[in-house]
Amino acid sequence: MRSGAGLGRLCSTPAIIAFIAIAMAVLPLIAPPFWVTLANYIGLYTIVALGLVLLTGVAGQTSFGQAAFVGLGAYTSAWLSTAHGVSPWIALAAGLALTFVVALALGFITLRMRGHFLPLATIAWGLSIFFLFGNLEFLGGHTGMAGIPALSIGTIELKDERRMCWLIWLVVVAALWTMHNVLDSRQGRAIRALKGRLEMAEAFGVDGARLKIVVFVYAALLACISGWLYAHLQRFVNPTPFGINQGIEYLFMAVVGGAGSVLGALVGATIITLLKQYLQDALPALLGTSGNFEIVVFGLIVIVLLQRTRDGLWPWIDRLLPHAKPPPVPDAAPLAARVQPAAASTLLEVRAARKAFGGLVAVNDLTFALACGEIVGLIGPNGAGKTTTFALLSGALAPTSGDVRFRGHSIAGAAPYRIAARGIGRTFQHVKLVPRMSVLDNVALGAHLRGRAGFLRAALRLDRREEARVRAEAARALARCGLAEFVHAEAQNLALGQQRIVEIARALAADPVLLLLDEPAAGLRFHEKEALAALLRSLRAGGMTVLLVEHDMAFVMGLADRLIVMDFGEKLAEGVPAAIQSDPAVLEAYLGGAPT
Amino acid sequence: MDLSIAALLAQDGITNGAIYALLALALVMVFAVTRVILVPSGELLTIGALTLAAFDQGHVPGTVRLVAGAAVLAGVIEAVRRARRGEWRRALAGAALWAGIPLALAALAAWMGPRKLPLAAEVAMALALTGALGPLTWKIVFEPIADASVLVLLIVAVAVHFVLTGLALYFFGAEGSRTPPFSSASFDIGALRVSVQSLLVLATSALAIAALALFFGRTLYGKALHATSVNRLGARLCGISPDFAGALSFALAAVLCAFCGVLIGPITTLYYDSGFIISLKGFVGAIIGGLASYPLAAAGSLFVGLIEAFSSFWASAYKEVIVFTLIIPVLLWRSLVTHHHEEDE
Repeated sequence: MRSGAGLGRLCSTPAIIAFIAIAMAVLPLIAPPFWVTLANYIGLYTIVALGLVLLTGVAGQTSFGQAAFVGLGAYTSAWLSTAHGVSPWIALAAGLALTFVVALALGFITLRMRGHFLPLATIAWGLSIFFLFGNLEFLGGHTGMAGIPALSIGTIELKDERRMCWLIWLVVVAALWTMHNVLDSRQGRAIRALKGRLEMAEAFGVDGARLKIVVFVYAALLACISGWLYAHLQRFVNPTPFGINQGIEYLFMAVVGGAGSVLGALVGATIITLLKQYLQDALPALLGTSGNFEIVVFGLIVIVLLQRTRDGLWPWIDRLLPHAKPPPVPDAAPLAARVQPAAASTLLEVRAARKAFGGLVAVNDLTFALACGEIVGLIGPNGAGKTTTFALLSGALAPTSGDVRFRGHSIAGAAPYRIAARGIGRTFQHVKLVPRMSVLDNVALGAHLRGRAGFLRAALRLDRREEARVRAEAARALARCGLAEFVHAEAQNLALGQQRIVEIARALAADPVLLLLDEPAAGLRFHEKEALAALLRSLRAGGMTVLLVEHDMAFVMGLADRLIVMDFGEKLAEGVPAAIQSDPAVLEAYLGGAPT
Repeated sequence: MDLSIAALLAQDGITNGAIYALLALALVMVFAVTRVILVPSGELLTIGALTLAAFDQGHVPGTVRLVAGAAVLAGVIEAVRRARRGEWRRALAGAALWAGIPLALAALAAWMGPRKLPLAAEVAMALALTGALGPLTWKIVFEPIADASVLVLLIVAVAVHFVLTGLALYFFGAEGSRTPPFSSASFDIGALRVSVQSLLVLATSALAIAALALFFGRTLYGKALHATSVNRLGARLCGISPDFAGALSFALAAVLCAFCGVLIGPITTLYYDSGFIISLKGFVGAIIGGLASYPLAAAGSLFVGLIEAFSSFWASAYKEVIVFTLIIPVLLWRSLVTHHHEEDE
């Protein structure tokens, strides 16, 4: 943000990837063979680490088992091409298919596990497959398989390392570029929300379980390609490079390089490869004894590095580079909008909905209805069951009994992402933004269901027209909420009150029929509350229905058409604000008795 | 397989399982207090066993130099940290504490080395010396990043595992060692020969499990330790020092791991790098307990020990494959019954 736009653009990720492509096209022509060999290994490792950037750094799922997928790719091709004379290119397809099936199965089992379950499950899987490679006779056991043919493209044999270097780095650059594109897309926003914001992502139509599996399979396929290249580079495979230690090292690369960014994979793979190489050469000479000193020094360096810079090296380098100021979001044709249902028709019916947690009945046979185009306040003392009611409406919880019908369809117990698709948008009592994503991207995530672009289109940049419309839509939602000046700010840098408004903008970007707002005015200043009330009134005028939980009585009394009062999980009263204010039962619940 | 072989395998499995259970306890405890997954537990185990083996052979164990080096480093780190805040007197006291106690231990161990004291004294020294590595590791490595994410802590723990493996090779060499058993007696129950050593293993494991469960479940201090893992800031506001809690849990864990080494030493020949795979089995047990429940972790570890014993009989080449593959369904089951809270970044 300091220097000129030209220099800043030169330091953008795509420009750096282009620079790498040029450098690696030239390097094999001029560099000595030793450097070419190193470059080959760095390339192979980068491909695997890149998968981990997506899986671990961005989606928050830790895997120690990537080396095993590398092994699947290497062994499939080694076995097919030596024992059966199959072309390596067909063997690649077979390896990818096998990896796909294995990763899919493992993903189904392990990705249900959050936190530390997944990393340990991947250790187990990595160890099992390593021992399997070592014990299966037809795969050569612990001695391995030799005589793997070289790759050839047409009549060109890629026998020498220089030619392999071109192929490997072609794959690396393609993988970097497509990954960068994917992260900068509709799917990328959803993936970034998987880490710690799953509930929010699902409320905007992201099928979190499925997306996690897709990400896991994607990372596995990248590892498989790296393994295939490795097998035909080395022309020999044995189980050692696919063991758990290598799996750990891949994760080291991603974390040390910076698991949150595409170029972190490249930086990490380069640093760790060069470091190990250097240590293996330098330490025995320095210390004069043989021993395993390189892993000691290597371990120490990783410790010190992570003590100094927890996000890894790339973000640290990136801060030193000049950055171009992001341009204003260009306007684009609006996305197709829903037709709001006719005013005053019944939109939502809650029929005797009940939610019990063991013996505690949080919502007790609650019945109410919302008509189109009204603002209804759901109020009640703390612990009255308001937030649980919201969870039942949005699908975060399934009711124990009773029914919730939205536009004539039962949505009780449906998955949140399906309810979102029917036109319910929501905000959260505790703000749930993706902290390191821009405000614009956070709001664009709200429009997830209004776009169609999948991984492939995003990877190849074929999603740009749709993406421009999504971003323009998000920018309009932000402008409507009065946050136009913050579009490019990181969400975590906004004040809490502003973050609440971003939540509303995100819900608006989803083009909902019903808006569920959980304490939208909490933490807002007086003028901000006035602006919020004005915004909600204008939404009502446009036909939108709003249900809000709110503790600020002045705010809700002045805004709502009707109020529903809850206490101890039951509906206590329902009516226009004036009637509620003088309802004896309500006064009893709030004040412990009617004023005399 | 006849009944006597089955009984023999079961005895083997239960003995190993009891050792995995102790390891699992150490892991659960450290995780519960610090959110660190103690990957180097395996190295602490081998270092404990190899230290005892050195005493047994009348050498000064390499652990003496390892502890002395770490103590000096920890003392310097503590002194610099305090001095930077201008707390000069505390800088001196901290350095004296962090460097002094381990150095005194190391000196005592060096004195004991060639003297062939009774086995109990040697075991106590091996535990104390290895135990000192726990808080030293905490001080040098983890305290500065105690509030980092579980992933960063995990990666750093793996790095510590590498460092300790390399150092173990340097200090103990590549040869394997066995340690003397507490008792070589055995007796017969029907057709089954039961060794007193395995009974001792079982009894001490059960004792340690009960003690830890009581400590964390029933005592105020145990609950305070657990509270720090849930919310460091909140614990600090309530007068609990998270740094002290971390050092204490690392000390306890290191002693437990070293004790596992002492128990497993007479059964298996240990090399400098044998620890990792043993500790992974402890992990599996700990995971079965959801990294939270001590009795479940112990039960899980017994289960791992039994699976290992029986699969080594039926398909010994595939022993590890079977052990590590079987845990995947167990993990699935755990993930289904555990309630999750989303972890914020």
